Amino acid sequence: MSKVEAQKTDVISDAGLSGRSIRLRARRSRHFRGLLWLPALSFLALFFFYPLARILGLSLEIPALSDAQALRVMARALTFTLYQATLSTLLTLALGLPAAFLFARFTFKGKAFLRTLTAIPFMLPTVVVASGFNAWLGPRGWLNMLLMAIFRLSAPPITLVGTLGAILAAHVFYNTTIVIRVVGNALSLLNPRLEQAARTLGANRQQVFWQLTLPLLRPYLLAAGLLVFLFDFTSFGVILILGGPQFATLEVEIYLQAMHYFNLPLAAWLSLVQLLCTLIFSALYSHLIRRTLVAAAPRPVETTSPRSWRARLFTILMACLLFAFYLLPLASLPLRSLTRLEAERGQRGEVQYGLTTRYYTELFFNRRGSVFYIPPVQALGNSLGYAALTVILSLALGIPAALALTRPGRLEYLLDPLLMLPLGASAVTLGLGFILAFNAPPFSSEFSLLTSPLLVPLAHTIIALPFVVRSLQPALASIPVSLRQAAATLGASPVRVWREVDWPIIRRATLSAGVFAFTVSMGEFGAASLVARPEYPTLPLAIYRFLSQPGGLNYGQAMAMSTILMLVTGLGILLIEKLRLPGTTEF
Amino acid sequence: MKRFFISILVALLLSACAPQGPATLTVMTHDSFAVSEEVVAAFEQANNVKVAFLPSGDSGAALNKAILSKDAPLADVFYGVDNTFLSRALEAGIFEPYASPLLKIIPENFKLDPQNRALPVDYGDVCLNYDRAWFEAHALPVPASLQDLLKPEYKGLLVVENPATSSPGLAFLLATVAEFGDPGYLDFWAKLRQNGVTVVDGWETAYYTNFSASSGRGPQPLVVSYASSPAAEVIFADPPVQQPPTGSVLGPGTCFRQIEFVGILKGTRQRALAEKFVDFMLDTRFQEDVPLQMFVYPVNPRASLPDEFVRWAATAENPAGLDPALIAANREKWIAAWTETVLR
Repeated sequence: MSKVEAQKTDVISDAGLSGRSIRLRARRSRHFRGLLWLPALSFLALFFFYPLARILGLSLEIPALSDAQALRVMARALTFTLYQATLSTLLTLALGLPAAFLFARFTFKGKAFLRTLTAIPFMLPTVVVASGFNAWLGPRGWLNMLLMAIFRLSAPPITLVGTLGAILAAHVFYNTTIVIRVVGNALSLLNPRLEQAARTLGANRQQVFWQLTLPLLRPYLLAAGLLVFLFDFTSFGVILILGGPQFATLEVEIYLQAMHYFNLPLAAWLSLVQLLCTLIFSALYSHLIRRTLVAAAPRPVETTSPRSWRARLFTILMACLLFAFYLLPLASLPLRSLTRLEAERGQRGEVQYGLTTRYYTELFFNRRGSVFYIPPVQALGNSLGYAALTVILSLALGIPAALALTRPGRLEYLLDPLLMLPLGASAVTLGLGFILAFNAPPFSSEFSLLTSPLLVPLAHTIIALPFVVRSLQPALASIPVSLRQAAATLGASPVRVWREVDWPIIRRATLSAGVFAFTVSMGEFGAASLVARPEYPTLPLAIYRFLSQPGGLNYGQAMAMSTILMLVTGLGILLIEKLRLPGTTEF
Repeated sequence: MKRFFISILVALLLSACAPQGPATLTVMTHDSFAVSEEVVAAFEQANNVKVAFLPSGDSGAALNKAILSKDAPLADVFYGVDNTFLSRALEAGIFEPYASPLLKIIPENFKLDPQNRALPVDYGDVCLNYDRAWFEAHALPVPASLQDLLKPEYKGLLVVENPATSSPGLAFLLATVAEFGDPGYLDFWAKLRQNGVTVVDGWETAYYTNFSASSGRGPQPLVVSYASSPAAEVIFADPPVQQPPTGSVLGPGTCFRQIEFVGILKGTRQRALAEKFVDFMLDTRFQEDVPLQMFVYPVNPRASLPDEFVRWAATAENPAGLDPALIAANREKWIAAWTETVLR
């Protein structure tokens, strides 16, 4: 008997196992699956549910609800949050709808570029977007500096920063891409015969739009609107940096109450309100999405170049508008980081205008008078380190969990939503939970590690984990079971099966998930603003602090750091795009 | 890629363990802290120690960070809590008492903590500053009292700091409480809001971005700042000037006196060094450096003031006074009510 035949008989006798040993195996595999869950679940328990429980505990301890002042603060914050989110959503739809129409119906020069341009901000950190708007329209931005130079004005003529307008503009800038994608996809799937038929039957353009296209699009509009609303609802960095003290959403109010008013119980109450709202809106969204995800036409409608003068005018105007709206803030930032427009330290003398790399070289020096006691470039080092740790942690926890999810059993149906729950909690809430949980006994004294800079990557891991699991899951599920079985049949050990079958298939997805975790951690602002130790600031925190300091040098350094952050995250986005498996969807 | 991540991780781990050399004394402060290089260097040399300053935000935020991390302190010494926030620091118990031998020189009225957990270092008056050129050009008299700010001719001219996030902002709020009483101050602020007051988050923004007489050339010719700010404008002028472009309103009841304190953080492992540093801060060398670095007055009467400071800086004739116990009991309530009235 040859070696191969011997193995075959082994397999055959293996297949003829008694019922008892099969049951044993099944139980063992269930144990194994439990083991796969263990790291992610214990991590979530310690770093998500425990902090959340501390928030809940604190809010139950102190009846802030009987305090009229506290009630007023909560009501104000909630009202303003809803108000600005509604307004932002409506404006986003107002810009996004024609933009979606443009992309779905027409071909024109530079379409692919414009499409990418509108998608970039979605992944950019809030501090970068805020800095971009500041560099373009802020008191020391291009437009104001230009107008002041031309008309010899003594004060900046345009005040956008510090108004509701700035908040709304940034929100529209961020989220229009959602409307373009969701509604645009629906539009391109809409059967054009329907509209043609209506026109033949005598309906005019307006009637077709109001009575046919719009009703058909309604579910998609709702879904896109709700998603935009959800993002605007939890907005933090934009409000804090561009809005100024007059404006406080729930997120900002939690931060203010915790870090400035030092009213932790009220912050806890606000967190609960925030959590409840996001959970309700997310549930609404997933309910809506489940109902609308029905294909409308077998294949996408062909796009054409605009023919009528109306269509041409629309295309030109809309493309120019989008181009200006997106390119100006994004381009102002790197340009401003290389241009000197005002005195370095606030001297009154003549200013030397011109190109400079001073803002970058200055990042390597530590001036005693600076707001940090480390050279600013070290903030970049910290952020890179935090991001690397976040990648390692979230992959180490995410891969086993995603593996367990590939063949879901009863356990998985229960545990999967648990894993996704951190998506519903805001970053600031998480930060507050960390403060309450780990800056107090029993954690503070015995495990001094937990009041160390490690809190930042731990929080970032919680934020990144759901995304990591979700991007690994389809890749793992795509591995045919027969492939593994075949390998096992041919004598490969489980480790070898993993190395030779699973790993090559999920390598791309793993890399993509890792890059995603990296990008999230690099730009995260809300949680870091609460838990980062002052001696280990992250890059976004450094940018925030430098932006509000006087003098051209500080402002220039904020611009330089924002540019670096924009480049790093931009590279990340590009890499993810390259690694994307064909056929996978977003959102 | 893997090697890249690993090298980053190694770099992080290395940066986490600070280099081993002479001992490091960490001093947590607010962002406005400043000291001459050679003054610190003298202390470092005399004690074979490296002093690291840890600016942690505006004075309120810095204090809150110190309180939140009190079980695992970030530093050995905390400087910069003022009389408006003192009770918060003392109630939280972040300081260890230290009866510095230098305390006996310092006048009694500065020592607000009888247990010497917080020791006074400097003081300054928070006052209204005005843009001389603007008021001359518009032929408008400078407001002489807080009540004057409600006059229609001063509509939209004033920028103040948010008392929730800024210590001069809180000091100015306390001045209005002292002037108009509680709840009269709220009425004043409601009217001031009607009269177009601008609120920003911190002093830096108010002075350097919004104030028209500073280098930022902003829109408002009136700002809440310090009585010593005009002196700073002369000393740092580039090119030099003969007269400050700004002035302070010093009338009775318009200013609030801030006293800043230093304390040794509970749980420090370098108590002896921390004591030396506190002594150093109260001694003449540091005290004489304080006026030109932070534009406040030294509490040590043996410290002599620089000439420019004597010439251009001023102290309020009769600053508003509030009982520290009253501040401690009502501070949060006043700030919250102010926020409701002015911001929302």
